[in-house]
Amino acid sequence: MNRSPYITDAPTISTIMLKVLLALVPGIIAYVWIYGGGILVSLSLATVTALAAEAALLKIRQRPIQPFLMDMSAVVTAWLLALALPPLAPWWIVIVGTFFAIVIAKQLYGGLGYNPFNPAMVGYAVLLISFPLIMTKWPAPLLLAQHPLSFMEQLHFISSSVLPAEVKLDAITSATPLDYLKTQLTLKHEVASITQAPIFGTFAAKGGEVVTGAYLLGGLYLLQQRIISWHLPVAFLAALAFIACSFYLIDPAHFANPLFHLMSGASMLCAFFIITDPVSGPTTPHGKLYFAAGVAVLTYLIRVYGGYPDGVAFAVLLMNMCVPLIDALTQPRVFGHK
Amino acid sequence: MNAIVNFTNKLLNNRFGNNKSLNNKLTDIFKFNGGVHPPEHKVESTTLPITRLAIPEKLTLPLRQHVGNLPKVKVQVGDYVLKGQILAEAEGTVSAAIHAPTSGTIAAIAEQTIPHPSGLPDMCITLLPDGKDTWTGLKPIDWRNTPKKDLVASLRASGIVGLGGATFPTQVKLRADGKSGVHTLVINAAECEPYISCDDMLMRERAGEIVKGIAIAQYLLGAETCIIGIEDNKPEAASSMANACIDHAGMLVKVVPTLYPSGDARRLVHLLLGTEIPSDKRSTDVGLQVFNVATVLALYRYFEFGEPSINRIVTMTGSVKTPQNFEVLFGTPLQSLIAAAGGIKPEVSHFIMGGPMMGFDLPNAGFPNVDIPITKAANCIIAAAPRQFAAPPPAMPCIRCARCADACPVSLQPQELYWFAKSDNFEKVRDYNLFDCIECGCCTYVCPSNIPLVQYYRYAKSEIIAIDRAKEAANMARERNDFRIARVEREKLERAQKHAERAQAGKAEINNDVNAEAPTDKQAVIAAAIARAKAQKLAASGMTGTSTEKTIMPATPATVMANQTETLNNETAKPDKQALIAAALERAKAQKLAAAQAGIAPKNTENVSAFVQAEINKIDAIREKAQQATATSKTSS
Repeated sequence: MNRSPYITDAPTISTIMLKVLLALVPGIIAYVWIYGGGILVSLSLATVTALAAEAALLKIRQRPIQPFLMDMSAVVTAWLLALALPPLAPWWIVIVGTFFAIVIAKQLYGGLGYNPFNPAMVGYAVLLISFPLIMTKWPAPLLLAQHPLSFMEQLHFISSSVLPAEVKLDAITSATPLDYLKTQLTLKHEVASITQAPIFGTFAAKGGEVVTGAYLLGGLYLLQQRIISWHLPVAFLAALAFIACSFYLIDPAHFANPLFHLMSGASMLCAFFIITDPVSGPTTPHGKLYFAAGVAVLTYLIRVYGGYPDGVAFAVLLMNMCVPLIDALTQPRVFGHK
Repeated sequence: MNAIVNFTNKLLNNRFGNNKSLNNKLTDIFKFNGGVHPPEHKVESTTLPITRLAIPEKLTLPLRQHVGNLPKVKVQVGDYVLKGQILAEAEGTVSAAIHAPTSGTIAAIAEQTIPHPSGLPDMCITLLPDGKDTWTGLKPIDWRNTPKKDLVASLRASGIVGLGGATFPTQVKLRADGKSGVHTLVINAAECEPYISCDDMLMRERAGEIVKGIAIAQYLLGAETCIIGIEDNKPEAASSMANACIDHAGMLVKVVPTLYPSGDARRLVHLLLGTEIPSDKRSTDVGLQVFNVATVLALYRYFEFGEPSINRIVTMTGSVKTPQNFEVLFGTPLQSLIAAAGGIKPEVSHFIMGGPMMGFDLPNAGFPNVDIPITKAANCIIAAAPRQFAAPPPAMPCIRCARCADACPVSLQPQELYWFAKSDNFEKVRDYNLFDCIECGCCTYVCPSNIPLVQYYRYAKSEIIAIDRAKEAANMARERNDFRIARVEREKLERAQKHAERAQAGKAEINNDVNAEAPTDKQAVIAAAIARAKAQKLAASGMTGTSTEKTIMPATPATVMANQTETLNNETAKPDKQALIAAALERAKAQKLAAAQAGIAPKNTENVSAFVQAEINKIDAIREKAQQATATSKTSS
């Protein structure tokens, strides 16, 4: 029998996924520090929902449950979705989104390895379209909020949408810088004056930029561990910086500087954790560059000209559609071929 | 990071490539894409020197030890043969001779289990050594003063094949006219597979002979330059080779980084020279030839001493007491090798021939007393324990992580090939250059989902080859059919023409004569046909002695047509039936009589030579005898 090679040296899928989860931990810690412990509730809810939905669908599809639950890919999807949602979103938002991501976007397409779209982004997009009010209501960082909620108060709010008696909703929420910038620009203000608002920090959102920085840290760990290839984050960040820089240089009064875009919204999460999903992304080195650059350009355009404050989810889904074409057109030259 | 480095290298190469002098070419290393670096495990078998294995009690020599045609056996059971005597000679262009590894008696020529992935038995010559080890008359060849053409021709009788594991007959790699157009000889001493160390030890101990062999190969090819490629995990071998070729101008040792599969010929040529042999060309098309280090040593032994290929160095390693390299006669049972290595450890479950990346399981029947001979391809035997060579866990779906693409030394996209091979999309899998795959196993080595990728590629390759063959056969059949249809059409036309002519002639007759004459003429023709058919039927039924003779008298188109006319006749010409039959019988009788007078000889044997006539008589006699035999057997049963 010829079953060579007899030896392998590869991390298992579980190991890869666990390292991705580990790389998210700095971001989560920063999140808790800036926005409070509410995110932990969302993460737990999403994890439980994802695993339950995955197990149920595997059972229905008559697939072995244990190996596919142990691969941890459902947990990665759950965490990414939870981190993309507003941290104090009601409990059922988290459950509906995760359920949609796992059941519709992943399992109904054939499960692990067969989903053409990034499941977490499908879940996010569905929620954003269905519940735009909730999905755009971000809590202010604790240090900016008029009434910083305690963990128990956050838990209560997530589970019942009821705030403590004396607190009004406005006291805990605030516009995100991306959102604020957009609305202020339509009011004929200029970028320089807009960014004087207290919600702006050194580069982008006060507090939020710390979380973004923590994601970058986790991403570098993934690069060092060779879990992800450099092509995707480098091309994404470079293209985002390039297009933001171009617009900024042409008209700095109406376009934010590139650093703001790099450190705002889901940029870093997208660069290192979302577009690096291998299943729904391209496989060729050049394809990865084009894909990531495409996501960056679309993200920027949706942020600046689109109807939503951040454009990562739609940009990723649109580029997911192009993956087969990108792969087909970017086949590397085979050894010995012209 | 690697990709950045590669990219800059490529840029630099492109920009300055044209100005590169030969000097640079001789020191630079030109990396290929991908590759893997598995644990080497070579130290275990290199602590002891090469030991010559004693002559075993029995040698089993498979005829199939090389790529190409089976050699033709020249001995019979019971023959006494001397060491080095030819047992089977090369048959056709691509084939290799097989020699007696020692003196002794041929005990059997029969099917036995051979070391092959299929595990199927194949023809083997069994030799019982007499222990005297007497050489046959050896004829060294004065290669410097013999025409190259004769030298290459004489190699057919050497039995030398590529000893790196490919076992391609060496004389085929040297052009018979002695004009190869090869300017550089590459000696493959990379030995990139883990565990294997036979070339390493050979270079450490016999560098002088190897270099002499290289000189012969260079002379045969007319190659001015020779580059010996050795991986940097064999410093002793590299320095010993460098010392040995110090006096040879144009011979150079180049140490390449340890990276599997640098020992693949095309990869090695790229590493050493930066030359990418086009996928549809051979190395000789670009003026290069690649020989394994052990093969050139065999060339030296053959030309200098007249010794044919009767032994090789084999690494016996893995879970044995003392892993070591042995000089082993071809046909030596695996058991002798294992015993020489101190026996296997208790945890061993099976044996692998070759390295862990491209080797295969030896048939495991009778384990641990596996009865398998050592052949020309056996560079390494690994006693495998489940701890090191565990069965892979169940495969998970492909997550398109493209680690396989990063590891592929041919820059293929293994994940795409897998996808298409799995869905039997053979057209696509071919478009993605499946046939450039060298089955090195790097993709499987790095796959997080444990997908047996190489097996999928082997499957797709064999399916495509089978489809191509079927297609070719179908094309031929279609051409034949088209030709037949055309012929039938043509004949029909011709017949119609003839009919028309005849009808015209008939019309003329009708006009002249009464109506009655023409139909009778037609009916007579039909009657004659019936008579002929009946006669033939009779003859056929009379000849049904044996089944083989039945096939001699198949239903010819004429009889079939006659049968059809008969049925036709029954329907159309009922009234005159009796009269017709009578007339026909008359005619048949007349024909029979005429035939009897002529001596029943078929027409095509009328004018034959005396020799052919004698043959016919002989065959007739045999036929008669056979008929009698069947008759008696029928009566007895």
